[in-house]
Formats: sequence, structure tokens, C-alpha cells
Amino acid sequence: MAKEAKFRKKQATTRQEIPTASLPDIIFMLLIFFMLTTVLREFDVQVEYTLPEAYMIERIENKRLISYIWVGRDGRIQIDDNIVQLHDISSIMYQKRVEIPNLIVSMRIDRYSEMGVVTDIQQELREADALRINYSSLHRL
Amino acid sequence: MLKRKKKEGATIPLAGMADIAFLLLIFFLLVTTIDVDTGIGLVLPPPVEDAEEIEVEEENIANILVNAAGEVLLDGDIISVPQISGTIADKIRANPELIVSVKTDRRTPYNVYIDTIDQLKMAYNELREAYARQNFGVRLDDVTREQLEQIRREIPQRISLAEPE
Repeated sequence: MAKEAKFRKKQATTRQEIPTASLPDIIFMLLIFFMLTTVLREFDVQVEYTLPEAYMIERIENKRLISYIWVGRDGRIQIDDNIVQLHDISSIMYQKRVEIPNLIVSMRIDRYSEMGVVTDIQQELREADALRINYSSLHRL
Repeated sequence: MLKRKKKEGATIPLAGMADIAFLLLIFFLLVTTIDVDTGIGLVLPPPVEDAEEIEVEEENIANILVNAAGEVLLDGDIISVPQISGTIADKIRANPELIVSVKTDRRTPYNVYIDTIDQLKMAYNELREAYARQNFGVRLDDVTREQLEQIRREIPQRISLAEPE
């Protein structure tokens, strides 16, 4: 009984509140993390597309190397912020490859597209010597 | 009147600091799109004029044809898409030199093509997984960089996109 009383006494003297003085610091740290990871520059995607799904997808480690090509449901092709013609792709991509030699071209192609346009784009990319490609697709569950 | 000066030093109240930081945090949380760049990686063959013609023996090629209706033909036999990975994996086990050639029609739906490539990747993954388990005793996800390089050397992905007509 004496032991129990002693224990209770000890507990009573403990401070109950959590120190909140460093809370702003923690929040600021999270804030800085999100500020740094936020990419405000987003491409204005003008084509409508739904990505295909696949099991064996891999993520691209280095985002700086990526250049995107969008192909919409209506078959329009977009690079950066512009709708481009098929035969312009090779010259655009060649310039990009001069800037970034190990360029990865991420192809965001609508799942209901026909292979004709995909093959044509690939031929253009081969002409531009931009050979590393990635068929952008979502993870199938 | 003049004597009613404040005795304490001037301090900024810091109690609201956390709230302000929280507001900013919530803003950036909402604005951030951690868009995952995931997809199926492939390396295109170099342009035709650069490429040297390599003679490949007939038995070292597995031909996959995908027609406009999305039907798949593997070495002349019709096959359903989910069956491809298993069949190709068996074929590679029997002949490690096998090159898988994928040919599509201009009207082939893109998603069937992606499914096909996905199946091939799955077949290679299965083989690499088996190799990792057998030689290193670990799962493919847990191998070291050197081991991964060795696996890639031992089981290279030989996927060839057929030249369009």
C-alpha cells in the first residue's frame, strides 16, 4: 500500500502538457519540403487523353531528362505547350537531344489511339536519334 | 502619463505562428501534385541507315503479330494476351538467345500493344526473379546494384520492334 501511494504521488507531480514551443519549427520544415517539391510550372495539356494501364511499370528516376509527347484521342500531337505536326517532331526532338544528350521521351498516348500514329512518332524519334522512350502508363491493380 | 511606459521588452506574439505556417502548409499540400512518372521503358532501334543488318536465325526469333482487331498471333498461333508472358518465358528458358519481335498493324489499338509489351516485360521479370533467387538467394527487388547488372547481362531484354512497311 505504501508503495502504491508513493507511485501515485510521483505521478501527480509530472507535468501533463506537451511542449508546443517547437511546433512552428516542425510545421515550417514540412512547409519548406512541400515548397521545394511543388512544381508550379505545369504544361498546359491541350489534348484529351487517358493513359493505358500496365503491370510492369517502372518510374523514371530523373525528371530533368524527360520530355513529353502527348497524343490525344483525336490524334493531335502536343510537345511542350504546342500542338505540332507529325513531321516537325524529329527536328524538335533533335534540338532537345542536343540540349540533353540522354533524353528520355515520355509518350503520353491515349489508350484508344491506333498504332499508326505511335509508329509514325517512333520513326520521327529514331530520325532524331532520341531512342530512349517510355510509354507512360498507370499501374494496374 | 509619461510614466505609464511598458516595462516589458517589445515581443512579437508567437502563438499565431504555427497557425500561419499551417495555412501555408495546407496551401502547398493542395497545390503539390506529386505526379508519378511511371511507364514502360524501351529503347528504340537506331535509324535504318545506321543500323547494320544482322542476320538472325529463324529459330531465335519469336514473332508476335497484333492485328487491327487486337488479336495476337505468336509464331502463327493465336494466343490471348494474358497467356503471352508464360509462353514467352518458356520459350526463353528453352532458348536463351531468343529475340521477341513485335509487329503491329496501323489500326491496332494502342492499349493492346501496351498490354503485349507489358506481358513481355513480365516474362523477363519472371526469369530475372528466378535468376536472382537461384544465384543470390534474394528477391529481385532486394539485389544490389552489381547483382542487378549481372542479371541484366545474363538475361537481357531482347524486344525488337519490327520495321513498319
